[in-house]
Amino acid sequence: MTTAKPAPRPPLLEEALAHGGPIIVFDDIELAFDEKVILRNVSFTLRTGHTKIFLGASGAGKSTILRLILGLLKPDAGRIFVNGEQIDSMTEDQLMAVRADLGMVFQEGALFDSLTVRENVGYKLDEELHWPAADVDRRVEEVLGFVGLKDFIDRMPSELSGGQRRRVAIARAMAAKPRILFYDEPTTGLDPITALTVDQEIVKLRDLEGVSSILVTHQLRDAFYVAEHSAFGTGAGDARGMRLERATPQKEDEAEFILLRDGRIHFEGNATELREAQQKDAYIAAFLS
Amino acid sequence: MISRFVEWIKAALLEVQEYVRMLGKVGRALVTPPFYFRDVVEQFDAIGVGSLTVVLLTGMFTGMVLALQSGQTLDQFGARSMVGRLVSASMVKELGPVLTGLMVAGRVGSGIAAELGSMVVTDQIAALRALGTDPIRKLVLPRILAGLFMVPILTVISTAVGMVGGWLVTFSLLRVASSVYWNSVVQGLFIQDVWMGLIKPFVLGFTIVSLGCHVGMRTTGGTQGVGRSTTNAVVASSVAVIAVDYLVTQLLIVLMY
Repeated sequence: MTTAKPAPRPPLLEEALAHGGPIIVFDDIELAFDEKVILRNVSFTLRTGHTKIFLGASGAGKSTILRLILGLLKPDAGRIFVNGEQIDSMTEDQLMAVRADLGMVFQEGALFDSLTVRENVGYKLDEELHWPAADVDRRVEEVLGFVGLKDFIDRMPSELSGGQRRRVAIARAMAAKPRILFYDEPTTGLDPITALTVDQEIVKLRDLEGVSSILVTHQLRDAFYVAEHSAFGTGAGDARGMRLERATPQKEDEAEFILLRDGRIHFEGNATELREAQQKDAYIAAFLS
Repeated sequence: MISRFVEWIKAALLEVQEYVRMLGKVGRALVTPPFYFRDVVEQFDAIGVGSLTVVLLTGMFTGMVLALQSGQTLDQFGARSMVGRLVSASMVKELGPVLTGLMVAGRVGSGIAAELGSMVVTDQIAALRALGTDPIRKLVLPRILAGLFMVPILTVISTAVGMVGGWLVTFSLLRVASSVYWNSVVQGLFIQDVWMGLIKPFVLGFTIVSLGCHVGMRTTGGTQGVGRSTTNAVVASSVAVIAVDYLVTQLLIVLMY
C-alpha cells in the first residue's frame, strides 16, 4: 500500500525543523499592487506544530500572506522561507515541489465543480502522486471519516451545504498529509454550530496529526477557540476517538495571534496578551468588541 | 482624452504580452512532463464531437443556399450545370473553414472562457496550483490541442456536408443531373484549393481556442467578470477568424498560386 508521507528532508534540516523549529519565515515582506500598498515590513515565524492566527479587517492583507507562502503571488521585497527553502525567487516548476508539503483550505472551499467529493479529495493522490486507485479510495474514505463526511463521498459539491463544502476542502487539503495547512476564512458565513465543527477539525489536525497551521479569519470566536483548545487521542483500534479540552497555558503559547492593520503588523502575541492589549490599544479594543 | 487613449494602448499591449507569455508556457508544457493525456482525450470529445451537430447543420444549409442562389444567377447565362463548381470552390476555400471557425468560436470559445473564468473567480485555479497542478498543462494545453486538431476535421466534415446539401438542391430543385453536379464539383477544385481548405482550419482552431483560454484565465471581477469574459472571447475569436482567414489566404496565395 502507498503511504501518505511527505518527501523526507535531509537529517540536519529535519532536526532544525522538529517541533518548535522555524518552518515558515517571513522576513521583511513588502507587496503593493500599483499604488496600493498591501503589506509593509511584515516579518513573522511559524514554528513546527504551532498555529499562527491572522486577524484583521477586510483588505488588511491576511489572505495575501497565504498566497505569498504558496507562491501564488511574489513579494516586491523581502524573503520567504518554507521548510528551510527560500521560495520568493523560485520558478513555478520549483514551487510545485514546495507545495507538495502544503495544504490550503480556500474561502468557500474552492472545490472543483465538475468532480465528485471522492474525486476532489483524492485529486492530488490520483493526478499528481499517481497512487493506485484502491489506495486513493482508502485514503479518501479515511480523511472523509476524519471530517465526518464519509456518507457524502459520491455527492457533487453543488449538493453539499456551505459547512460540508468547507469540511470537504479540509479533507482535500489534508489527504496527502502535508506538514503545513493554511485556512483562509474557513468559518466565514457558517452558522455557529457548523463553524465549531470546522474549528474542531483544525484543532484535531494540529494536535493529533502534528500539522503546523496558519488560520486567517475575522471570526474572533473561532480564532480564540482554536488558540485555547487542545485535542487528545483516546482508545485504540476500533474504539479510537478523541476529546477536546481547554489548552494548558504552555499549549496556548503555541498559538500566536497577529493583528494586521493597513498591511502592517499591529499586534503579535498569544490569546492572553491579545485580551490584555485591548486595555491599552483603542484599535484592538474596537476590533475585539 | 489622450491619457485615456494611452491607458487603452497600455492595456492592449499588456494583453498581447500576456497572450504571448501564455503561448510560451503552452509550448513548454507540450515538450516537458507531466502531460495530462486523459484531459486531452476529454477535450477532443468536448470540442470535436460536441461541435459536430452545429457544424453539420451549418455546412448543410450553407451548401444548400449557395446552390440555390448561384443557380438563380447562373441561369441568366444558361450555365446552371456549373453550380457544383461554384459550390465546391466556395465551400472548400472559404465558407467551410470560416463558417466552421465562427461556429466553433461561438460554441467553444465562449464555453472555454466561461468555464476557465468561473474557475478563476471561485479560486479553483488557485486551488489547482496549491495542489501542485499547473493550470496551463491541465486546462489550457488539452484545449489548444483539441482546437488545433478537431477544427480541421470539423471543417472537412462541414465542407463535405455542404457539397451534399448543394447536390440535394441542385438535383431536386434545379433539376440538374447528379452526375453533372458531381462532375462539376470535381472540375471546380484544384489541389491548391484543397491545401488552402486544409491549412486554414489549423490556424483558425488554434486561434479560437487559445484566445478563449487567454480571456478565461485573465478573468477578474466575480460573476460579472465571467459574463464579460464570455462576451469578449466570442467577439475576439469571431473577429480573429475573419482577420486570420484573410491573412492566411493572402499568404497561401503568395506561396502556392
